[in-house]
Amino acid sequence: MASQEILREEPSRGSFINDPKIRGIFFQAVVVIVLVALVWWIAQNVIANLTRLRIASGFGFLNSRAGFDISESAIAYSSDSTYGRAILVGFLNTVIVAVAGIITATLIGFIIGIGRLSHNWLIRKICTVYVEVFRNIPPLLVIFFWYSGVLAVLPPPRESINLPFSSFLNQRGFYFPRAVWGDGSWLILVALLLGIAMAWFVARKARQRQMATGQQFPVFWTSTALIIGLPLLAYALSGFPLSFDYPKQSTFNLTGGFQVRPEFLSLYLALSCYTAAFIAEIVRAGIRGVNKGQTEAAAALGLRAGPILRLVVIPQAMRIVIPPLTSQYLNLTKNSSLAIAIGYPDLTAIAGTVLNQTGQAVEGVVIMMAVYLALSLLTSAIMNVVNARMALVER
Amino acid sequence: MQEHDLSFVRVEMALAQSAPPSERGLGAWIRKNLIASTGDTILTIIGIVLVAMILPQVINWAFISAQWTGTDRTVCATVAQGGIQPDGWSGACWAFVNAKFGQFMFGRYPIDERWRPILVAILFVALLVPLLIPKVPRKGLNAILLFGALPVVAFILLVGGTFGLPLVETSLWGGLLVTLSLSFVGIAVSLPVGIVLALGRRSNMPIVKMLCIIFIETVRGIPLITVLFFASVMLPLFLPAGVSFDKFLRALIGVSLFAAAYMAEVIRGGLQAIPKGQYEGADSLGLGYWQKMGLIVMPQALKLVIPGIVNTFIGMFKDTSLVIVISMFDLLGVVKQNFSDANWATAQTARSGLVFAAFVFWLFCFGMSRYSMFTERRLDTSYKR
Repeated sequence: MASQEILREEPSRGSFINDPKIRGIFFQAVVVIVLVALVWWIAQNVIANLTRLRIASGFGFLNSRAGFDISESAIAYSSDSTYGRAILVGFLNTVIVAVAGIITATLIGFIIGIGRLSHNWLIRKICTVYVEVFRNIPPLLVIFFWYSGVLAVLPPPRESINLPFSSFLNQRGFYFPRAVWGDGSWLILVALLLGIAMAWFVARKARQRQMATGQQFPVFWTSTALIIGLPLLAYALSGFPLSFDYPKQSTFNLTGGFQVRPEFLSLYLALSCYTAAFIAEIVRAGIRGVNKGQTEAAAALGLRAGPILRLVVIPQAMRIVIPPLTSQYLNLTKNSSLAIAIGYPDLTAIAGTVLNQTGQAVEGVVIMMAVYLALSLLTSAIMNVVNARMALVER
Repeated sequence: MQEHDLSFVRVEMALAQSAPPSERGLGAWIRKNLIASTGDTILTIIGIVLVAMILPQVINWAFISAQWTGTDRTVCATVAQGGIQPDGWSGACWAFVNAKFGQFMFGRYPIDERWRPILVAILFVALLVPLLIPKVPRKGLNAILLFGALPVVAFILLVGGTFGLPLVETSLWGGLLVTLSLSFVGIAVSLPVGIVLALGRRSNMPIVKMLCIIFIETVRGIPLITVLFFASVMLPLFLPAGVSFDKFLRALIGVSLFAAAYMAEVIRGGLQAIPKGQYEGADSLGLGYWQKMGLIVMPQALKLVIPGIVNTFIGMFKDTSLVIVISMFDLLGVVKQNFSDANWATAQTARSGLVFAAFVFWLFCFGMSRYSMFTERRLDTSYKR
C-alpha cells in the first residue's frame, strides 16, 4: 500500500520552467505570434504595393480577353478567348506531355533496368552507360540538346526525311497521316470498349476456374483477339469508315496530316530519356530486393523462367518499386514545366505570360501552385490505390 | 608396432590442377557472358549492332572530324554554308567552345577582374580537398574555414566594392561561376535547414509539426520553376516599397528553400530508421533534446542517409540550370546565349556547346555520386544484413 502511494505521487519538478509540456506550449505560442506578425506584415506590404502599382486583385481577370496566340492547343482557342481558357489550354498541354512522357519513360526504364541485371555483359554495360549519362546531366540540357542540337538542324521542309507509313521528319516537326473518322465510326469505339470488357470478364472467369480446378486457359491470346478483333469486325461491318489524311509536299511546307511540333517532341523525348534513367535504377533495386530464395523456391516447384519472373519475382519487386516510381512520375510532371525554356505552351509558360500581361502576380502564382499541387495529389492518389493492391497481404 | 599394408595415408597434398580449358581464358568468358544461350546470343548481336551504329559516329564527330581551333564560324561551316569544310561534313566545333571558354566560366565578369573568381576557386579547392580525404587531420578547423570563413572571403572578393576592389554587379556574373556559387550556398544552407525541418516534422508540438508538414509538402508538390517565379515576382511584392534585393540573392533563397524541403524528407527517413531504444537510451542517460539529437540520433541517422543526401545535392546542382527562366545565366544559360552569336552560327555550334556543358555537369555529378559511394563504404559498420 505504502509503496503504491509513493508511486502515484507526482514527481516534484524544480520549477515549471523545466516542465516539457509548459515549455512546448510556450515555444509554440512564440512560433504562432512570430508567424502571425510576419504574415500580417507581408499582407500589409502586398496591399500597399498593389495599390501603389494600381494592380487590381481578385480572379476577375480570368474572364477578360487574352489577346495572345498559343501555338499548340488541344481545344479550340484563339486570341479572342479568355485568360481562363488560355490557362486551361496550358493545363491540358501539361497533362498531355506528362502522360505521354510517363508511359514512354516507364517502358524505357523497365527495359534498361532489367537490362542492367542481364547475364549478358554487353547489354549490362550499354544499360549502365545509359543510366550514368542521363542521371548526371540536367534535364534542361537534355531538352536543349533535342531542341537545338538535333531537331533544329534537321533539313528544311522541302528536303524532309521520309519515314515509313508516309510520315515525314523535318525542322518543323514530325508529320504523320491523320485518321479521319467517317460515319459509323462510333461502332468501332463501342466494339473496342466491349472487347475490353469481355477480355476482363474472361480473365476473371479463367482465374476462378484455375483456382478451382487447376486448368489453365489462354487468357492472353483470347484477350488480344477480343480487343483487336471486335473493333476490326465493327470496322468491316460499318463499311470501312476510316480514311487517312496524308501529309503532302507543297512548295514551301508540308500540308495535311498531323504535325507534332519540335517543341513538344523535344520536351517529350527529353523527359522520357531523363526519367527513364531514374526508373531503371528503381526497377533494378526492386528486382535485386527480392530474396534469391524466392526464385530458387519457385524453380524447385517446377516453374519455368517466364512464370517465375511473372508470378513470383515481379509481384514482390513491384512492392519495392511503386513508392519511388510514384515520386519519379511526380518529378516528370513537375519537370514538364521546363517547357517554358523552349516555348512549349504548358501551364507555367501560359500562366507566366498571363502574369506578365495583367501584372497579377499573386493570382498567377497561386493558380500555378494550386494546379501543380492538385496534379501531384491526384498522381499520388492513383499510385496509392495501385500500391494498396500490390501491398503485402499478411494472413 | 604392426604394419598396415592395406591402408594408405596421404602425407602430401595433391597439387591443385588448373581449371579445364573450357573454363578459363577469353573463350570461357565469352561463352559465359556473351553467348550463354540462344537468347543471349541474339541480345549480344543486337548490342554489337547498336554499338557499331553509334560509337564510330560519336568518335568521328567528337574527335576525328572535330575542329579544335579557329576564330570564327568559317572553320565549322560547310562550303555551302560559307565555310571551309566539305559538304556533308559533320564534326564537333570545339573551336567555338575554345573561343568562348572565358564566358562559359565567368559570364560577363570583367576580364581584368577574373583573377578574383579564380582565386576563390583555388581557395575552395584547397579547403575542399583536405576535407574530402579521410586521412587529413583537423577536420573541424577545415570545416569552419570552408563553411564559415570562405563564404565571407568569397563574398568580399567576388562582389567587391570594399578594400579597393571595384564593385562587380551580380548581373554580370555568369557561367560556371553562377552554377558553383548557387550550388555551394544551396548545399550549405539546405542541410541545416533540412535537419531543422525534419526534426520539426517529428516533433511532439502539434503546431510546429503542422507548419513543417505544410512547408515541406507544398514545396515538394510544385516545380522549382514556380518557386523561382515566386522568388522573383512575389518577393518584391512582400517587401515594403523601395526595399529590393538582388536577383542573384532571390534565386539563392528559392533554390535553398526548395532543396531544404527535399533534404528534410531524406533526413526524416534516416530518423525513422533509428530504433526507439536509441532515443530511450539517450533519455535514460538524462540527455536533453538537443544533446540527444546532436550526440546520439543525428550521427546515426545522417550516416544512414548519405546516399539520399548526396542525391539531393546532385539534384540541386542540376537544378541550378533552371535559373535561366528568371534570366540569369549559369553555365547552360551562357552556352545557350552564345548560340545566337552570328559570328559562330553553324549547324554544329549548338550541339558542340551543349555537349561541352553536359560534360562539365556530368563530371561534377558523377564525381559526387562516386564520392558518396566511397564514404558509404568507409562509414559502413556492417550492422546491416
